[in-house]
Amino acid sequence: MSIDMAQFHQIFFEESFEGLDIMESGLLNLDMGDVDAETINTIFRAAHSIKGGSGTFGFSAVADFTHAMETLLDEMRDGRRKVTQPAVNVLLGSVDCLREMLTAIQDEKILDEAKVTEHKKALDTELNGGDNTALPSVQPTQPIAFENENAGWRIAFSPHTDLLKTGNDPVRMFRELAELGQIDITVDLQGVPGLYELDPEECHLSWQITVHGDIPRSEVDDIFDWVEEHCDLAVQDIKQTTQASSPVFDEPPQTAAIETTPPSSATNPPIVSESGQSEKINADKTPSAGKSSASIRVDTAKIDTLINMVGELVITQSMLSLIGEHFDLNKLDQLKNGLAQLERHTRELQESVMNIRMLPISFVFSRFPRLVHDLSSKLGKKIELQLIGEHTEVDKTVVELISDPLVHLVRNSLDHGIETPDERIAAGKQETGTVTLEAYHRGGNIVIEVSDDGRGLDKDKLRAKALEKGLIQDDAVLSDKQTFELIFMPGFSTAEQLTDVSGRGVGMDVVKRNIQSLGGNIDIVSQLGTGSTMAIYLPLTLAILDGQSVAVGDETYIIPLGSIIESINVTERMINRVAGKGETFRLRQEYLPIIRMHEIFSVPNAKATKLTEGLLVVVEGQGIRCGLFVDDLLTQQQVVVKSLEANYRHVEGISGATILGDGSVALILDIPGLVRLSNH
Amino acid sequence: MASILAVDDSASMRQMVSFTLKGAGYDVVEAVDGVDALNKAKSKKFDCVVTDVNMPNKDGIALIKDLRALPDYKFVPMLMLTTESGTDKKQQGKEAGATGWIVKPFNPDQLLKTIQKVLG
Amino acid sequence: MNNKMANTDDQSQQQPDSKKSSDMAQYLSFTLGDEEYGVDILRVQEIRSWEPVSRIPNVPAYEKGVVNLRGAIVPIIDLRERFNLGHSHYTPLTVVVVLQAFIGSKPRVMGVVVDSVSNVIDIEKTRIQSAPDFGAKVSTEFINGLASFNERMVMLLDVNKLLKLEGVDNDEN
Repeated sequence: MSIDMAQFHQIFFEESFEGLDIMESGLLNLDMGDVDAETINTIFRAAHSIKGGSGTFGFSAVADFTHAMETLLDEMRDGRRKVTQPAVNVLLGSVDCLREMLTAIQDEKILDEAKVTEHKKALDTELNGGDNTALPSVQPTQPIAFENENAGWRIAFSPHTDLLKTGNDPVRMFRELAELGQIDITVDLQGVPGLYELDPEECHLSWQITVHGDIPRSEVDDIFDWVEEHCDLAVQDIKQTTQASSPVFDEPPQTAAIETTPPSSATNPPIVSESGQSEKINADKTPSAGKSSASIRVDTAKIDTLINMVGELVITQSMLSLIGEHFDLNKLDQLKNGLAQLERHTRELQESVMNIRMLPISFVFSRFPRLVHDLSSKLGKKIELQLIGEHTEVDKTVVELISDPLVHLVRNSLDHGIETPDERIAAGKQETGTVTLEAYHRGGNIVIEVSDDGRGLDKDKLRAKALEKGLIQDDAVLSDKQTFELIFMPGFSTAEQLTDVSGRGVGMDVVKRNIQSLGGNIDIVSQLGTGSTMAIYLPLTLAILDGQSVAVGDETYIIPLGSIIESINVTERMINRVAGKGETFRLRQEYLPIIRMHEIFSVPNAKATKLTEGLLVVVEGQGIRCGLFVDDLLTQQQVVVKSLEANYRHVEGISGATILGDGSVALILDIPGLVRLSNH
Repeated sequence: MASILAVDDSASMRQMVSFTLKGAGYDVVEAVDGVDALNKAKSKKFDCVVTDVNMPNKDGIALIKDLRALPDYKFVPMLMLTTESGTDKKQQGKEAGATGWIVKPFNPDQLLKTIQKVLG
Repeated sequence: MNNKMANTDDQSQQQPDSKKSSDMAQYLSFTLGDEEYGVDILRVQEIRSWEPVSRIPNVPAYEKGVVNLRGAIVPIIDLRERFNLGHSHYTPLTVVVVLQAFIGSKPRVMGVVVDSVSNVIDIEKTRIQSAPDFGAKVSTEFINGLASFNERMVMLLDVNKLLKLEGVDNDEN
């Protein structure tokens, strides 16, 4: 029978990566002083599963590597080995290594053998040295040497009375012996009690079996392997006429074929391993990033809801077609009800489908304990990480894209925010700093906050720095908020020297831009000496947005509702025309530029060409406000965002398209893009 | 055809076992851990149980012990899938009433052969 | 893989001799004015009648706009305008041929407006001649070869080139 094992590989990889995440977070949670047995057990199980799977699916290098981890963990689990920080670090390093091995196999890339060997050595060193009281004495399984020719075996088999209760049947063994060669069996009834005492569930028979042929002893032993504890067994070479040998079950069990190599290398020189400290501080390539995004794991409850809803929809549909078949005006009410039902079910269905794309933010948060663990030891700081609201759900796309900006912010907090223990004590703070990651929903947004109780942003320093870099004018008057936001300006870095932790040439300006490209925004609150909070606001989903449709000529455009501040009718005296600089209008204290939609998009047949005839929709995008001049407002509705670029091209001022109720396509406006367009 | 309960917390192993046995014409029900398996075993009598050892909630050894205590499962063959090559787990398994074991890694052929062995 | 498909296709059209499996190729022929063109039938996804498009601002005039094709946003190109053959007058009888191409490895679906679809024609690959320099109306960059069918000359178009967009896709590739 040939079965294509490759069909199970994908799921094996998925569960292995999950297992690695479990191991990682388990290892990070271990408290050296008070080791939780269940945590160790969980870590062990994950390693064990990966080993079993990798062996079965033919990834022997992985199985071999995991075997060493498993052995280490097994000893910790049994209390034969103390859980020490160095050992945990080696295991963490091994988790990383294993992850790379699996990724390499999955992507069919070349494995970094040297790295694997190095980690393997570190593991072996830990295994052999380390803090174990006694390694289990692994008995090398000795193939028992026999002379080539043998005529067969004489077997005395006396099952204990409880043999049947293990689900074993003597007949099975006879059958298997018969496959080895010709057999003669005699049964010994002596042990059978009288009918009164006879328990039919017990076995009281014993047998003498002779199997003829040139049969290796091991094959005979294999047959009785499962029952050696439940019987008296003696196996004798037919040719040997000497006295009965000692019972066979003294011999080591025959599992040789499967035995993985025992941890080698008492000879390996002990390696002072940096690997536990993980050179992989470079979080740009930590787990979840960049892994295949094609599949999504969905809670079965969500699918059940969906199926129920489809059921409802089908019922409604059949009801409607029934009405349609013999329609007369009497059924108008029924029809209306049916249509209302249809609408409700469609909406619910839409919500449920969107819900499938929602993932808990813990998918992103889960990488941070490791990051904080590694970085704080590297920076010589004591830092505790608090995660709040991990179950808050966000769209899958947001989960994938928010990860890197968050890593950057957290690194910043660790590097620049939290002080060294000495500094903290001097400032009258607790030695251990706290970084908090919190996620929650507010309105149609998800808010993710990164806060620390560190030194906070120094407004004077920020200002001085911005002046020095020529980012602001000498006489610039800046509010607190504006001062803080200086750090988002390109070319600004608050660190006195770039460290390898948060340096890397990517500035906060990139973080801000990335967040804005997700349709979000970022806010800073900070108090000198007590800490900072960065709050990221993101739309719940990128696939649907609340839109305001507007008419320009015969065309319909969608403005994201989130970017609309208000809509106003302007009067002539609000308008200000600056030669060569276009039109502006006064809104309260501000003069805002006007973008005439019909002009910038060359729309024919615009109804309103005089500003006073149409409507100005005041919008804000990337901190820039302006008034969009349109003919009229139409409806507000949720629209499904479709890509214009999938089959076509990017068009400046347009972020995407959507399909309206009548099946036609409407374009969704990109406010910052429009501003850029109008400046040309 | 004989029905088999396949228990493993690892989805890939479970699918492999199940796929292999189904391919050979057996009736296979999957369970994700000992607790799940015990519930399923109570609702229907299986002719054979194949279980992983290390699982959350209830491990394979506890499962075998619990199953053996059920009248329906007194003599039913129960096999452990184990990577433990040491005698430790096997010993515990046997004490719990396991019929035998299949040592991981195994290939579908080995699995089938063993199952055919105990199901006769 | 997609990439490969695109390449082999190009080869089969440019070097008809290299492909031995089949000697015939099928083309969908259509007219623009009094000229006849053909596209590889395997690139034709469907034929639709003209329906109003949503105009896209600030793009070349021959890119007429986009339509909703079963949930996907698909651009519509006017081939007459693309080939500088004058303007079309759209009626419900105007035909849109929906074509699929690979730009690099990325599939792209696009509709092209033609006057009318004439036929599916079988052309012997060995009979396809390389395109001469017309020097005239039609830019030869889209023409893969010439073939005659029932005494008429059919210009065979390279769909991959046809579906490239100005300012978006590089000319090489």
